[in-house]
Amino acid sequence: MEELDGEPVVTLIPGVNSKKQMCFDWGPGEILVCETFFNQKETSEMVPSCPFIHIIRKDVDVYSKILRKLFNESHGIFVGLQRIEEELNGKSRKAQLVRVSKNYRSVIRACMEEMHQVALAGKDGASGHQFSSQVSILSAMELIWNLCEILFIEVAPAGPLLLHLLDWVRLHVCEVDSLLADVLGTGNPSKHESFWNLVTILVLQGRLDEARQMLSREADANPASGDMCHILGDLMRTMPILSPGNTQTLTELELKWQHWREECERHLQDNTFAASPALESLCKIMLGDEATLLEQKELLNNWYHFLVTRLLYSHPTVKPIDLHIYAQSSLDMFLGGESSPEPLDNILMAAFEFDIHQVIKECSIALSNWWFVAHLTDLLDHCRLLQSHNLYFGSNMREFLLLEYASGLFAHHSLWQLGVDYFDHCPELGRVSLELHIERIPLITEQKALKVLRICEQRQMTEQVRSICKVLAMKALRDSRLGSALSWSIRAKDAAFATLVSDRFLRDYCEHGCFSDLDLIDNLGPAMMLSDRLTFLGKYREFHRLYGERCFSGASALLLSLMTSRIAPRSFWMTLLTDALPLLEQKQVIFSAEQTYALMRCLEDLTSRKLECEEPDAQKPQDDDIETTKLEMLRLALARNLARAIIKEGSLEGS
Amino acid sequence: MESICAKFVSQKISKTRWRPLPAGSLQTTETFATGSWDNEDNYVSLWSIGDFGNLDSDGGFEGDHQLLCEIRHGGDVMDLQFFDQERTVAASSTGCVRVFLHHTNHQTLSIHQHAHRGAPCTGIVCDNPEIVTVGEDGRINLFRIDHKEAVRTIDNADSSTLHAVTFLRTPEIVTVNSIGQLKIWDFRQQGNEPAQILSMNGDRVPLHCVDRHPNQQHVVATGGQDGMLSIWDVRQGTMPVSLLKAHEAEMWEVHFHPSKPDHLFTCSEDGSLWHWDASIDIGRSSTFLSQSISNQANVHQSMISSWLSTDPAKDRIEITSLLPTRTLSVNSLDVLGPCLVCGTDAEAIYVTRQLFS
Repeated sequence: MEELDGEPVVTLIPGVNSKKQMCFDWGPGEILVCETFFNQKETSEMVPSCPFIHIIRKDVDVYSKILRKLFNESHGIFVGLQRIEEELNGKSRKAQLVRVSKNYRSVIRACMEEMHQVALAGKDGASGHQFSSQVSILSAMELIWNLCEILFIEVAPAGPLLLHLLDWVRLHVCEVDSLLADVLGTGNPSKHESFWNLVTILVLQGRLDEARQMLSREADANPASGDMCHILGDLMRTMPILSPGNTQTLTELELKWQHWREECERHLQDNTFAASPALESLCKIMLGDEATLLEQKELLNNWYHFLVTRLLYSHPTVKPIDLHIYAQSSLDMFLGGESSPEPLDNILMAAFEFDIHQVIKECSIALSNWWFVAHLTDLLDHCRLLQSHNLYFGSNMREFLLLEYASGLFAHHSLWQLGVDYFDHCPELGRVSLELHIERIPLITEQKALKVLRICEQRQMTEQVRSICKVLAMKALRDSRLGSALSWSIRAKDAAFATLVSDRFLRDYCEHGCFSDLDLIDNLGPAMMLSDRLTFLGKYREFHRLYGERCFSGASALLLSLMTSRIAPRSFWMTLLTDALPLLEQKQVIFSAEQTYALMRCLEDLTSRKLECEEPDAQKPQDDDIETTKLEMLRLALARNLARAIIKEGSLEGS
Repeated sequence: MESICAKFVSQKISKTRWRPLPAGSLQTTETFATGSWDNEDNYVSLWSIGDFGNLDSDGGFEGDHQLLCEIRHGGDVMDLQFFDQERTVAASSTGCVRVFLHHTNHQTLSIHQHAHRGAPCTGIVCDNPEIVTVGEDGRINLFRIDHKEAVRTIDNADSSTLHAVTFLRTPEIVTVNSIGQLKIWDFRQQGNEPAQILSMNGDRVPLHCVDRHPNQQHVVATGGQDGMLSIWDVRQGTMPVSLLKAHEAEMWEVHFHPSKPDHLFTCSEDGSLWHWDASIDIGRSSTFLSQSISNQANVHQSMISSWLSTDPAKDRIEITSLLPTRTLSVNSLDVLGPCLVCGTDAEAIYVTRQLFS
């Protein structure tokens, strides 16, 4: 066993007395818990304990109505991702993977926005609070995912790396946009109380063009500081940055950047901005002065923003490998020993350290659902980043997480269909898990059953197909819908059950003298061969049809062959012989002499056996009377037919 | 087909239906109804694709359908039909048939009437004032909208499950069942026997859906468990006129376009939605005519169905897939004018308003 990473969290179940003995049982996605009477010493005090069985669900987020959209939409992306397999290589593969990652993120974002709308609209505090906490979880997920995308999937090299990180920060610290609109909305922006905050944030985020425009407004409104604003604006304009279409090398960039930096420093030493503390502080920020940056803690919001700003103005060509050094020191500086890092900080830090497994582990612990880790791990696995890591229980991490997620889906009343595709893409344990789960889906309608059957048939899960068909056949039988029961047992190729249903049909026939469900029995086709009894049922019905169509010779041959081939159950022979009576009594001779002998043999066979087994109790005199009359009638008819047949055959041969 | 619009709705959609337009209306339809299945709580919902005020000019809300109102529905919604402009009839897996009244002025739904049976009700068809229902128990019920109890019941109409029903001519209905049979029933006849049985030969493949050609009442299309599309001529023969290889799994619904019957739409468990276009190709119409009207000399050209031709139809029918990506099962679809709506097990509703552009 691997070591535990910390004490597991204790979950108290409301309504269950935790001081008493409890018992539990594992389900596929849930646990059953109830109180027991075990080990109660004071038996006199048999207080009625909690009479309920509790179902404890693991993955609560599955039950959120809005998150369902996330699950459904990401399912499509997941299935699509499994299809871009090996044939793609190099650049196009990477581009595909990045696009998939962006799709996942946009689904998270859409979900987050809807959740946000609901949280705003929610009038009652409790649920509103719940929704806004969901929003912050979703936003953290997107933040982590985005960083992983930059570091692990995009694998941006020095230079572009920083541009990506800047986009990352801009996307997640987005209060500035509403502030910008707010300030620009007033007639005189530079007099707005948040004007300098806004300019500072723009500079912190590296949005220097916008900052410059703001400064030029200040210059217009305040001619006294106009010159200073222009100088700082020029510094902003001339700051060398790597632009995506540019072909300059990193060394060139670094050289230019050094020159620019020296110019900034010169202005600072010359006290160019001494008259305006705000402008001076902006200049210091642009020099990457850590103390000045830390003064803006409130505007920076968090340490990773601090990190990115710091990199922008002091190490613009940072290499991926050095990131973690700056990240760690930024975190330490930003927190300043006042507070300890939160789970999110640890996750981001692990990402900066390129420790994928740590990221996934921390996320699994911190987040309340498996959706995030399962999908992220799967994506990273497609980037071929996780191949070496095997868990101590057989499957690898990707598979383990996917299994957990899919089991959660299967525990849900209606999301189980999504789970199927996830199991399909778990090569090792997916199939067994699917087999276990699929049998436990309650089947209310045939339509649902057909969907489940289709899933099983596509995967050649014959055992499950049989069991589902049997369930449905049993249900139909219980509702006395014999036709349906027979159809299902034929589909399941379940011979024993088909025999059972056929017997019911025959019994009904004996009771009512007519067949039900003719549309089915007349159209059995090759399915008739499933069981002997079913064959008999079909053939016996065929005999009735032939008889009805007055096709007597065919009918008689069929009837006889049913007995001589031993397809007919012996208990049914008497009925068959009785059926032969009208044929024997027809005007023309139908049974040949040979056939009549065969019929007689069958009759003798039957009566001799009856004598053997009915010796112990002969208590039904009335029944016996009817039986004996029947026998006598049969014998008479057979004898007369034999006589006629011999005459006819003899005379035919003679002529 | 660039403008198909998807919306995830957090419930598996079993049925989608456009609200019919008032007779003679020149507008396009704006409202559709959906039913859900396999949720803990199922709903019948009404949606609008109308442009809300002037929002569509920015392109922001165009095409996105908005929920008008919803009402809880006991059991899965197995089938859903508009009875008229205001009333919707829903079949339930509990065996109930419910009529929902839509109060347009305050956008609410209310239950109007229901009748109970035992087994799940699988299909309904409405023709004012009549409602015909079929069920897993193989029974056919005839209701009238103002009566609570069934006016006529055919017990044991089928030994297997009846999957769908539609009107052929007014007193005649056609049903399809799970052993590949198509049965025609005439309510003028007493007794429990169908007027006619047509069946697939061979493997008794279950049939899941049926639709009648809007102009030619003898032409019927069905979809089967193997995803095959069958076209039947109920006037002649007991076997389908043509069998067309279509989907890879159960075909859940088939619909002729109500005003352009040369177009047909099918959807399937395999997650695909297809548009079949059999508009007659002028160049080949002569050969086609000679074959199909040989025994009915005085039929006008426009009356001949392009679906009944017996020559290998593949080169005449153009098939387009309408959904951008494969999803889970597409359970239902409906077409009206230039609009199409479909619902899936992936909990999405797709709508397009430019079918023929």
